[in-house]
Formats: sequence, C-alpha cells, structure tokens
Amino acid sequence: MIDKIAGLVNADTKLVRRGRFVNTTFMIAIDDSYTLLRVEEGRVTKVAPGPFITPDYSFCLRASRDVWEKFWEPLPPLGYTDIFALVKQKLMRVEGDLHPFMTNLLYFKDVIAAPRQGAKR
Amino acid sequence: MSPHFEPISARYLHLELLGRPHRVYVEEAGQGIPLLCLHTAGSDTRQFRGLMNDQRITANFRVLAFDMPWHGKSSPPAGWQDAEYQLTSSDYMRMILEVSDALELDNPVAMGCSIGGRIVLHLAHEHPERFRALIGLESAAHTDAYYDLSWLHRPDVHGGMVCAGVISGLVAPAAPAVHRWETLWHYMQSGPGVFKGDLNFYMIDGDIRDRVDKIDIKRCPLFLLTGEYDYSCTSEGTLDVARRTGASATIMQGLGHFPMSENPEKFISYLLPVLDKIRVL
Repeated sequence: MIDKIAGLVNADTKLVRRGRFVNTTFMIAIDDSYTLLRVEEGRVTKVAPGPFITPDYSFCLRASRDVWEKFWEPLPPLGYTDIFALVKQKLMRVEGDLHPFMTNLLYFKDVIAAPRQGAKR
Repeated sequence: MSPHFEPISARYLHLELLGRPHRVYVEEAGQGIPLLCLHTAGSDTRQFRGLMNDQRITANFRVLAFDMPWHGKSSPPAGWQDAEYQLTSSDYMRMILEVSDALELDNPVAMGCSIGGRIVLHLAHEHPERFRALIGLESAAHTDAYYDLSWLHRPDVHGGMVCAGVISGLVAPAAPAVHRWETLWHYMQSGPGVFKGDLNFYMIDGDIRDRVDKIDIKRCPLFLLTGEYDYSCTSEGTLDVARRTGASATIMQGLGHFPMSENPEKFISYLLPVLDKIRVL
C-alpha cells in the first residue's frame, strides 16, 4: 500500500496545495518493516524502503500490519477510520518530532489514508 | 436559488455570569417547549443550524442555543487577555442555569453534545428539578486525553488548523462533505486556547464516573444518543451510563461525534422520536 501513496498524493492537486508548506521526511513502520517518505512542498518526492542503519526523519507512525491493513480498507471498520482513533486505542504510536505532523494534520491524515482511494476527510 | 432568510432570530444577551458582566450571543427558532442546546468544545451555536431550520422540531419546541463566553460571537469577559481560559464543571453548570434564568425558560429541556453531553450528566445529578428532560449527545462519564493538549495552544502551531485536524476523524465517514467541512470550519474559527480550555472540563475536571450511579432518572428523564463512529465518547461509554442510570440510549448508525452538525438530517431522524417522548412527559 505504501508504494501507492506517492502517485495518489501527487495526482491530487487539492491535497498537494493543502500541503504546499510541508517539507519533511517521515517514517511509516509496519511491524518491523520501515519506509521513509520525503515530502517537498506537498508532493511525495521519495519513498525509500528500509532497513536503515541511521534513519533520519521527523516523525514515525508505528502500527502492526493487521492495523494498517484495516486502516487502509476503502471503508475501514469502526475504530480504524482515523489515526487518532488508533492512537486512543493504543493500536498506533506517533513518535519523534511531532511538530510537522501536528502543524499539518489535515494534510498528513489524507496522505496516510490515500491508499483508501477516494476517501477524503 | 432565490434569496431567503432562515427562521432563526439572534440577539445579544447582557447578564451577570459567574459574577461578572457578560455579552452572550443567543439564537432561537420555533415555539413551544424550550429546548436549550449546548455546543461542543471549541465550537458554537452554528452546530444546531439544522435543528433550527427543521419545522418538525420548531413546530413544538422553542429551540435556543447560546455561544458560551469565549466562543462564537460571545465575548470573553473583560480582562481575558491576562488569564488562561479553563472550563470547570461548577462554572459550566452555573453558566447554563444562569443563562436559562436570564432567558426565563420555564421547565426547559437541555440537550448538549460532547462537553455538553457530559454536563447534562452533572445537571442530572445536581439539578434534576430544573429540567423537564435532559438529552446527552456523545455523552460519557469520562474521556482520557489521548494526545498532548499543549499542541492546541502554542504560537508556532496554527490553532484553528490543529483543532480542526485533531477532531476531523471524529466526523463519520458518510457525513456529507458540505457539513463535514462546515463542522471543521467552526473549529478553525475558535479563539486561541479556547478548545484546550474546554477540554480541561472534558478530560480532567468533568470526570463524573464516581457519581453516575447517583443520577435518578425518575427526577428528570435522561436520553442518550451517541454516534457509532465516535471514538472520543464511545458507544461503550454511553451504554455504561445507560446501564448505571437506567437512561434510554441509542447508538446512531453512520454518525460521529458531531451528529447535529455533521449530518443534520440523519441526526434529526434519531432525535424526533426522543422529542415525541418528551412532549408527553
């Protein structure tokens, strides 16, 4: 699913506009599998799969594969529709320097949920 | 579209609130049993626009809503710039009773959502004689903080955007886009630190778990309506209050934490049967 994110985000001009001030690298952790995603001016410009020895990123979203797969369903089950729903249930951790994430929540929520295809919130 | 006015009237009420002069914005529509509506944390009366424009409700109920001080078009009290706004259970309860008195409401129904849904539990516990009935929307006895609230009020984060971003997932997936984004817009317009100050009540001071069992619904009927997608006030939290008090509870399919604002039409289909019961009390 992660490999779909760049294409989906970059094709969504409204989402790119919403993130036009975002420049950061963040990590998605699925179990022990790590991926770094570089964002420049709202576009996902690089997706680098791990493993990494010294990964350099601002924040990381960490959850099990089962959780991510439910989160990325077109209509996720109750409790899996939003990052904060998962965080509240302790099914996901948001770690690191949260400033870019919290400052651009409405952007990152749609970037992370992009694989749902057309589900915008 | 031909230009038209909605049947909502609005005025500014001057009154002593919590011992200080206040200027409070009040909207109303309809006639009949007073139905005093309490908005969510960090938002305002616009959340009830759907109710005030629905003749099925306004034919029998005088629907009123006020912006809490600091919210919407109500002013903060003089001197606000030198203090941190923090809502407490006692202030919130007193505010509702004082506004109700100032409006000379006779045996009103109070309906609140989220923080409003919590405070109706406090009202049911401490002031049941003041109300014909109470309706709790997204009502639970307590909610633990699930993120660091300090993000909501700091100079290097846009307050409106972070507040809307934090709550956006509480809107159900099926909410019409126009109402979803209207609901978020209200949050984006909230004053600095206001949502955070309200959450002091919601996540800290307003915990009523140790008193829920003492609520006597024979003294004041209590109705609970909660959206299934609400992960802040969960269905389990609402059903627990219902189990401990005997209150009527309905879990609303396809709705989230802001039912009256995110999907007014769907919400009203759940509310009307409750209002029918209240009319014959």
